Amino acid sequence: MLVSIYRHNPETDTKPVMQDIEVDIPAGKDLMVLDVLALAKEKDSTIAYRRSCREGVCGSDGMNINGSNGLACITPISEAVKPGGKLVLRPLPGLPVIRDLVVDMAIFYKQYEKIKPYLINNDPAPAIERLQSPQQREKLDGLYECILCACCSTNCPSFWWNPDKFIGPAGLLQAYRFLADSRDTATTERLAGLGDPFSVFRCRGIMNCVAVCPKGLNPTRAIGHIRNMLIPQCR
Amino acid sequence: MSALRSISFDTVIVGGGGAGMRAALQLAQSGYKTAVISKVFPTRSHTVSAQGGITCAIGSDDPEDDWRWHMYDTVKGSDYIGDQDAIEYMCSEGPQTVFELDHMGLPFSRTENGRIYQRPFGGQSKDFGKGGQAARTCAAADRTGHALLHTLYQGNLKNNTVFFNEWYATDLVKNQDGAIVGVIAICIESGETVFVHSKATVFATGGAGRIYASTTNALINTGDGPGMALRAGYPMQDMEMWQFHPTGIYGAGTLITEGCRGEGGYLINADGERFMERYAPNAKDLAGRDVVARSMVLEMLEGRGCGEQGDHVMLKLDHLGEEVLNAKLPGILELSRTFAHVDPVQQPIPVVPTCHYMMGGIPTNVHGQALSQNPNGEDTIIEGLFAVGEAACVSVHGANRLGGNSLLDLVVFGRAAGKHIEEMLAQGLEQREASDSDVEQAMARLNRLNTSSGGESVPRLRSELQNIMQNHFGVFRKGEFMQQGIDKLAALRGRISNVHLEDKSGTFNTARIEALELENLFEVAEATAIAAEARNESRGAHARDDFRERDDENWLCHSLYFPAEKRIAKRAVNFSPKTVDTFEPTIRTY
Repeated sequence: MLVSIYRHNPETDTKPVMQDIEVDIPAGKDLMVLDVLALAKEKDSTIAYRRSCREGVCGSDGMNINGSNGLACITPISEAVKPGGKLVLRPLPGLPVIRDLVVDMAIFYKQYEKIKPYLINNDPAPAIERLQSPQQREKLDGLYECILCACCSTNCPSFWWNPDKFIGPAGLLQAYRFLADSRDTATTERLAGLGDPFSVFRCRGIMNCVAVCPKGLNPTRAIGHIRNMLIPQCR
Repeated sequence: MSALRSISFDTVIVGGGGAGMRAALQLAQSGYKTAVISKVFPTRSHTVSAQGGITCAIGSDDPEDDWRWHMYDTVKGSDYIGDQDAIEYMCSEGPQTVFELDHMGLPFSRTENGRIYQRPFGGQSKDFGKGGQAARTCAAADRTGHALLHTLYQGNLKNNTVFFNEWYATDLVKNQDGAIVGVIAICIESGETVFVHSKATVFATGGAGRIYASTTNALINTGDGPGMALRAGYPMQDMEMWQFHPTGIYGAGTLITEGCRGEGGYLINADGERFMERYAPNAKDLAGRDVVARSMVLEMLEGRGCGEQGDHVMLKLDHLGEEVLNAKLPGILELSRTFAHVDPVQQPIPVVPTCHYMMGGIPTNVHGQALSQNPNGEDTIIEGLFAVGEAACVSVHGANRLGGNSLLDLVVFGRAAGKHIEEMLAQGLEQREASDSDVEQAMARLNRLNTSSGGESVPRLRSELQNIMQNHFGVFRKGEFMQQGIDKLAALRGRISNVHLEDKSGTFNTARIEALELENLFEVAEATAIAAEARNESRGAHARDDFRERDDENWLCHSLYFPAEKRIAKRAVNFSPKTVDTFEPTIRTY
């Protein structure tokens, strides 16, 4: 199978190139894209990419696979490429490239940190856990599962345009995860940090985030909930 | 290399998984200058893959539950070579540690009365084995590790811990007095190498499952802490004890949680028989993991395996119903569909025992202080070095870990080490000096690699290593065959130390990291092999065809592997808990 990989090493290259590598796929096997990358790296050890869990829970290997953002380790080549076609791997779009498929995620993490991604509750803690009903807990489903792979935010035109001011879908999903947690008492403080024209309201409901989330999460819906909470405050 | 930049901290923690981040949190909260060096962004650490939960007697499922019952189960599970003082500490401190995680925001699943949901796991009992199956594993659906790891990262952000993300520690720096004074670390992004000088160095580097060809472990689990400690000449404890998880997905190796069987799933052979009823009439599919894994292999050896090759069995879940599976095991549905191409709502999952967990590691006391042994066989403390989590052997798991005890181990002993270092710093722990030559010595390996001009490639050597371990040191072991494995490893050592790094560039050079990891894998593999060959008995996860019985007379003890002489020594197991009576060794049945 022909694999085309985005290559750029700032130490030696003046501009990026697409490198074609022929990789032998064992007959009758539907490998994951990550396995194909490992085979390519056996041929050319200079290819750089991130990977860790190889089962879709750590979020290391988000990349652009034949035009669509996804995790290499849980994307089978049969899904990514038409029979006889070429596998095309590029770094996640919209972030600076460090080398090859490795992007600089600093601004992505900065937006995550901005939403205070931790429980705030200054009431004295009880001797046991803080009680929470299954119904209250259910509100966190579809939110806490985010793996910070950045597939969504780097697929979002609003984030491409204002990565420094728009929190982006990943950060906002976590913003709502804490707003929705019955154990958190900082709702007012959290909303106060989100009411400006950019942080939340730059979302234009394009839903590119939903289209690519490898965990099947829905940041647009979470953003809708935050908007609803913000509107009374903005009046 | 005298121009090497040096940075100083009170404590440096190597590893950003559950244990490292819990230790870091403790120290950051107390205001000490703490740094975490992690080769991946912390939420990409392998703790993220833990599924079923964290076992702890919080009294939610059963208000009468007692940490002593948990302690009994853990001692029995360890096949009696878990240290009872350490197990006592873990089980009794556990509830407070879990409540702290809830207060930090961990999204545990809940019961109707608002408490943390607990599910049954293997090897759990009430009333010291007399009261039937317990449900003691606190869960966040089947994504407990993910929830725990993210919560700890968030807690550290809140407390301003300093993170060196995507930095890689290569070797320990030891001074002339034999004390550990820090590590050499590479910034992966830039390639810059620095000396991280610290008063305390904590290894929280996780496991090394990648020594085997088939493993549930992440690609990053390369035993970096044990590798560095072995190169510095320090011993490893109980390295023959590797857990093979009964349910890795056949072919892919990805983990299917024991929680599946906790929720009522069970294993079947080619005849559709629930075979665990024969091997463990009481606990059945929830017997200890070592027992279940061996039973599965026996079924296959006796011709009752599934598939054309008869080389796996099936895990049946469909009778639980779609609603339960969606609510309790959503991640398992996802993994099965992706990696086994089956939908557990309809079909059973093909599974096979798969390397999962390193019970052995750097020997420590309950404060996380790394230990060695003097010529009289007495414990000695390695000044400046600590270890926690899977890299450590404290030992709470002995010869076989119970499901749900690894997450508890991480947070209890991460916290304990943090607290102890906090105390030492408060009492004025000094920064020990290191000379240029101490630092240069620690740089030797990296310098050699950076100037390598020939030799074999990493992937080839790595897969050879993994195949030796897979074939010669699997679920069942035999002396002569293990000796062959040891000989093959000996022949591999020279080739691995001569590994060729073709790409010498600085920027995000993952080939360099993989070459450095390979040497750690090798050190861990050799320690495993030599310890396994030496232990002439069957105990817990260590099952020998040529010594089928447990031999308490000779082997009711830890093994200690000393790398310089490749020698195995023995170390006494602790049978002196502080507040309860000793659990005496008895025959272990489920």
